[in-house]
Amino acid sequence: MSITKKDVLHVADLARLALTEKEIDLYTGQLQRILSYVEKLSELDTSGVAPTTTTVPPETAFREDRVTPSLAQEDALRNAPLSEKGCFKVPKIIE
Amino acid sequence: MKYEAVIGLEVHAQLLTDSKLFCGCSTRFGSEPNTQVCQICLGMPGVLPVLNKKAVEFAVKMSLAVNCRINPRSIFARKNYFYPDLPKGYQVSQYTEPLSEHGHLEIDIDGGRKRIGITRIHMEEDAGKLLHGEGIEDSNFSFVDLNRTGVPLIEIVSEPDMRTSDEAVAYLKALRDILVYLRICDGNMEEGSFRCDANVSVRLMGAEKLGTKAELKNMNSFKYVKEAIDYEIQRQIDLVENGEKVVQETRLFDASKGITASMRSKEEAHDYRYFPEPDLLPLNVGAKLVDQARETLPELPEAKRARFITDYAIPPYDAGVLTATRELADYYEEVVKATGEPKVSSNWVMGELLRLLKEDGKDVGDCALKPSAIADLIGMIKKGAISGKMAKEVFEEMYKTGKPPAGIVKARGITQISDESELAGVIDRVLEANPESVDRYRSGKVQLFGFFVGETMKATKGQANPQAVNKILKEKLAG
Repeated sequence: MSITKKDVLHVADLARLALTEKEIDLYTGQLQRILSYVEKLSELDTSGVAPTTTTVPPETAFREDRVTPSLAQEDALRNAPLSEKGCFKVPKIIE
Repeated sequence: MKYEAVIGLEVHAQLLTDSKLFCGCSTRFGSEPNTQVCQICLGMPGVLPVLNKKAVEFAVKMSLAVNCRINPRSIFARKNYFYPDLPKGYQVSQYTEPLSEHGHLEIDIDGGRKRIGITRIHMEEDAGKLLHGEGIEDSNFSFVDLNRTGVPLIEIVSEPDMRTSDEAVAYLKALRDILVYLRICDGNMEEGSFRCDANVSVRLMGAEKLGTKAELKNMNSFKYVKEAIDYEIQRQIDLVENGEKVVQETRLFDASKGITASMRSKEEAHDYRYFPEPDLLPLNVGAKLVDQARETLPELPEAKRARFITDYAIPPYDAGVLTATRELADYYEEVVKATGEPKVSSNWVMGELLRLLKEDGKDVGDCALKPSAIADLIGMIKKGAISGKMAKEVFEEMYKTGKPPAGIVKARGITQISDESELAGVIDRVLEANPESVDRYRSGKVQLFGFFVGETMKATKGQANPQAVNKILKEKLAG
């Protein structure tokens, strides 16, 4: 699998990252090397093996449906760059 | 018809748990903004979600109710996108391995039945709310309330089995009735606890290949769902007729104009890069949980309706109205049990009671009037103790005060006199007081019958049972 400049721009866009020309070239090369390295794994035939998403024993950890205290509103908003009227204030979303 | 529409629906139903899907914050609606949030639902670093067991039980119940096969193992996935209503930058959902699949339900349409396939049901967390406009002066900002973030949802995805907006609405109503019967969702479309997106495409009648679909959003009532789908079908037919192409896109319904309009989302908006949620273990539902859910399934609306028609011999219309909610159906059945008169009971519950409840905007659960009191009233009418007309007045007072009918009838002095010996005495006195009229009647002036009835009513202050009066008068006047 080869990584193109277009792939890097696509991923950067999804991650809301603005990259310089220099960075685009740098990451294209780096990502290419990383993927080639991981590609080694596909040399192994895993057609009969279920994907491993966890190595923890397959017991689902549940919690009971009980309400526990939430944060105070001022604490919830404490890290927000902007807040007003109990709400997080963000740049206007235009649809 | 040259064209046919193909419609599939995605329904999001908010589950009626007390706490959120992955944390203990309350799910209560309408609280002050950002007072039901914690480190977990705000997406702070280093926190771990833990799955709410009741949410899983609810989702399993719904799966069973619409004949889905439960996957013994399902996994949660991260659906990645940036939007301010989603503080983590991803929504925890299920993707490749959902909770359940391959279900169906049946709808009544055009006097027949139609089976609608259900592709899958999966669990996910709700997002927060963005507030714009009203009362918000600063037009360069949006305001975010994250109380709803992390509230449990199930998404129910149908097969593209519907062909008209009427079928879509019938399917939605059936689905909502089931959710409400199961008491796992309040079904409120306006408040958004029952939401629907519609995938709509058109094709030439008889064609196999599906046309390009548009996804419709923002329809918060059954009426709007119908309007949006009808508009969209016509819009697509017009495009095809003009040799233009339908574009695959999301379109928002504008209720004030009755149209759908493109959201003009970015081309790449749908690259969600799903991957398994590393913070949550696979969900192993287990036979015990499924068995318990199955045992606690109530009788569902469809089955109840059918049983009412067969067991009580009431018209399908009555059965439909009376089974609209479990509470109403239970109420009606209590009245029937006490009276043994299904149709008469239906008339009172469906006619009078529902009329009064509707005027007050109340549900049967809020009403002071007990089923046993309605049964008493029906019994009194049957015995002739009060007339049907009086009974309606008594009923209104019973409804207002919650008092049993006997006391009201006594206090108002409106008992109907049906006792024949008592009435015979009164009638004897009426006839004795009017010997001349009696003679004229007997010599052929039969129109005077009404005069005697009137006199009898006057003498009893209108409380005489008219049927009984007629009968006794006829006998006595015959001589």
